[in-house]
Amino acid sequence: METPNMSLVKNKMPSQEPDVRNKNFDEVALGYTAEMAIDEAKRCLHCKHRPCVSGCPVQIDIPEFIEEVKNGRFEEAYQIISRSSSLPAVCGRVCPQESQCEQKCVRGIKGEPVAIGRLERFVADYHNANVTEAPEKPASNGHKVAIIGSGPSGLACAGDLAKKGYDVTIYEALHVAGGVLAYGIPEFRLPKSIVQKEIDGLKALGVKVETNVVVGKTISIDELKEEFGYETVFIGSGAGLPKFMNIPGENLNGVYSANEFLTRINLMKAYLPDSKTPIMRPKSAVIVGGGNVAMDAARCAKRLGADVTIVYRRTKDELPARAEEVEHAEEEGIKFAFLNSPVEVIGENGWVKAVKCQQMELSEPDESGRRRPVAVEGKFNEIECDCMIMSIGTSPNPLIKSTTEGLDTEKWGGIVADEATGLTSRDGVYAGGDAVTGAATVILAMGAGKVAAKAMDEYMQGLK
Amino acid sequence: MYKIIRKKALNPTVTLMEVDAPLVARKAEPGQFIILRANAEGERIPLTIAGYDREKGTITIIFQIVGGATETLNSLSEGDYIADFVGPLGKATETEGLKKVAVVGGGVGCAIAFPIAKKLHEIGCEVHSIVGFRSEDLIILEDEFKEVSDKYVLMTDDGSAGEKGLVTNALEKLIEAGENYDEVITIGPLIMMKFVTLLTKKYNVKTVVSMNPIMVDGTGMCGGCRLTVGGKTKFACVDGPDFDGFEVDFDEAMARSATYKPFEQKAREEACNLFRMEVK
Ligand SMILES: Cc1cc2nc3c(=O)[nH]c(=O)nc-3n(C[C@H](O)[C@H](O)[C@H](O)COP(=O)(O)OP(=O)(O)OC[C@H]3O[C@@H](n4cnc5c(N)ncnc54)[C@H](O)[C@@H]3O)c2cc1C
Ligand SMILES: Cc1cc2nc3c(=O)[nH]c(=O)nc-3n(C[C@H](O)[C@H](O)[C@H](O)COP(=O)(O)OP(=O)(O)OC[C@H]3O[C@@H](n4cnc5c(N)ncnc54)[C@H](O)[C@@H]3O)c2cc1C
Ligand code: SF4
Ligand code: SF4
Ligand code: FES
Repeated sequence: METPNMSLVKNKMPSQEPDVRNKNFDEVALGYTAEMAIDEAKRCLHCKHRPCVSGCPVQIDIPEFIEEVKNGRFEEAYQIISRSSSLPAVCGRVCPQESQCEQKCVRGIKGEPVAIGRLERFVADYHNANVTEAPEKPASNGHKVAIIGSGPSGLACAGDLAKKGYDVTIYEALHVAGGVLAYGIPEFRLPKSIVQKEIDGLKALGVKVETNVVVGKTISIDELKEEFGYETVFIGSGAGLPKFMNIPGENLNGVYSANEFLTRINLMKAYLPDSKTPIMRPKSAVIVGGGNVAMDAARCAKRLGADVTIVYRRTKDELPARAEEVEHAEEEGIKFAFLNSPVEVIGENGWVKAVKCQQMELSEPDESGRRRPVAVEGKFNEIECDCMIMSIGTSPNPLIKSTTEGLDTEKWGGIVADEATGLTSRDGVYAGGDAVTGAATVILAMGAGKVAAKAMDEYMQGLK
Repeated sequence: MYKIIRKKALNPTVTLMEVDAPLVARKAEPGQFIILRANAEGERIPLTIAGYDREKGTITIIFQIVGGATETLNSLSEGDYIADFVGPLGKATETEGLKKVAVVGGGVGCAIAFPIAKKLHEIGCEVHSIVGFRSEDLIILEDEFKEVSDKYVLMTDDGSAGEKGLVTNALEKLIEAGENYDEVITIGPLIMMKFVTLLTKKYNVKTVVSMNPIMVDGTGMCGGCRLTVGGKTKFACVDGPDFDGFEVDFDEAMARSATYKPFEQKAREEACNLFRMEVK
């Protein structure tokens, strides 16, 4: 066996320069070349106990695919990944690798882990660029399946069932398919052409995509089953309802939910000069929150020309966003105001003028070892801005629950579904992704779609 | 794609379209709305369902040409297709148990008010329709309203038709004359609805207003349509568009509706320039 590449650091990802990219919406990370990928693949030690695999929510055969990359057999590597994942070009870009596969990588004990995510992305991009033959449309088995929502959970569920010959129709409320991948995650992180390619791939398998259908309004789950003859239904409707803070001044002009701001930019392409959809081009923007959504909103505002500050009530160590996004945001000149919690939006003539924040500090660790932020009595900051974007979380939309009798949900709105099968409290109705877990990750949503597809297949085969 | 089955100009700036949208027509109720994009580059705009034909599978919309998106929509002809058309959205207007109602419409708001007046008439409610326009040439749906109303009062700002004055003048006169309404339902410009509620508050007549804030998705996803109602934030697209008029913060709603004024101005000018070039 040849000696591995013992470099302590990952091959660097070629990227647009921070000062250039913070003014455009083109993809930031440009991707490995074949040479870089092979060199990085050589860092893998092919550990017998495969710790990295246990860190991946869908258990991709990581050492095996990396072995193929090392040997320059990129399409073979793709085939290995696609046994477990239906969206490698997406997950390779957006997975929080540092807390999943790469966290478990033994190379990470001393130095940086193997760049598993970047390799996955490389392999998927290679496949997309070089393999053009359309997948063969399988013979129909005559069973009808309806999927609600076209996010990663719905797409994965649809793909697996279509490959087995099911007659699958996706119903999507918006005019574009892709869920958060289309309306939330910005172009510079996930080019929309990649999402479109996945959807085109499903269509080639015979999946029908009906946009502009709001299940619960246009049509109900009961009608889908009883009148339209769908034997099973998968609910992958996500967690799209934005939370606000309920503080004074929140309805002033210039205050957005991250969902609205990002939807206008991504779905409606409001950043393009000839777009018909208006977007505010802020001078200075305050983003509230610390997750991926906050980073995306911040970096979009920056690209529209704003001076941007992210306000977060804990410290940098607690930021829930992917490490790479935080790093990219910092490089692009985005400021952070840690240990601040907004208590009031101050307005002038109906528009935001400043955000008043309560200063916070971290408490001593409690029994769970968590340090909670607590207010520092009497200490406030005012940050001037003309735009404020709330990125403090989302919850599942109550629309489907309220129009589907007998569908059990948690108090906070999540649909109750069996973890092993995705089965809900309704016969033949399955659910997965953010609609069940609350806002989580692409890979978990995708995994849930696959789990449900398997159970739905078994159920329908039992039906005759 | 959604085919335009019929197109008719109701006045120089208001157009009616009947659109093939069978799934929407199956479920539509008065008070609900749709969101459309005229073409693949278009803005998403909400329009009220002015009528529906469940058998034919069509939805009627009536819109005022006010800016870029409605201009583009109006440029489509019979037989053309609308790119996206989703609905029915929002809650239907509650009509149950109503015996006597004043329906107060202003301008193109009458298009929204009409299906409600019709529904009330069909369930046997006494309907008094009070409609207001700036001048005679802008009047729409006169015959339709008359057909479903026990009383029809037409007001114009300049007195060129009906009585000269505002809808609030007419409503006050009727209330003063002893008409006892279970409810007033009012739809029109924000400023008009604000003054109608100020008036009805005085007489303590329950008043329902139909709010039309700026929307994007229409499903509760963006929060752009939020309003303050009774001190609480509500999303007009899912909690409304109908609200108790006494509870609505109209001043905030008016400020929010002006968010994109400069952008809209620019889009309007571009649309006009394009039109001028085509005329040349
Ligand atoms: C801005 C942003 C950035 C993110 N960044 C990352 C990241 O870097 N890495 C990561 O792993 N995760 C990230 N996430 C989270 C990730 O995108 C989600 O966890 C994932 O998309 C959830 O997938 P889903 O299939 O459950 O639902 P979604 O992607 O939310 O899709 C649900 C779809 O269902 C549709 N729908 C909803 N209700 C109905 C209805 N009644 N009828 C018809 N259709 C309906 C919606 O319109 C939507 O298209 C991010 C999320 C956001 C918002
Ligand atoms: C629930 C609801 C029902 C409506 N029903 C009707 C109807 O039946 N007939 C009708 O003529 N109009 C209706 N409207 C208003 C209609 O949506 C706007 O006239 C239209 O969006 C204007 O777009 P524009 O680009 O042509 O004009 P613009 O120049 O962009 O805007 C003109 C004015 O329209 C409003 N507006 C702009 N964009 C939006 C938007 N995305 N959502 C809501 N309002 C906006 C603003 O107040 C703005 O000042 C309704 C609005 C709502 C919210
Ligand atoms: S899918 Fe995500 S967690 Fe799994 S190997 Fe790929 S990057 Fe790692
Ligand atoms: S843990 Fe790291 S080095 Fe070991 S097999 Fe996985 S990727 Fe390779
Ligand atoms: S229009 Fe987006 S939440 Fe109402």
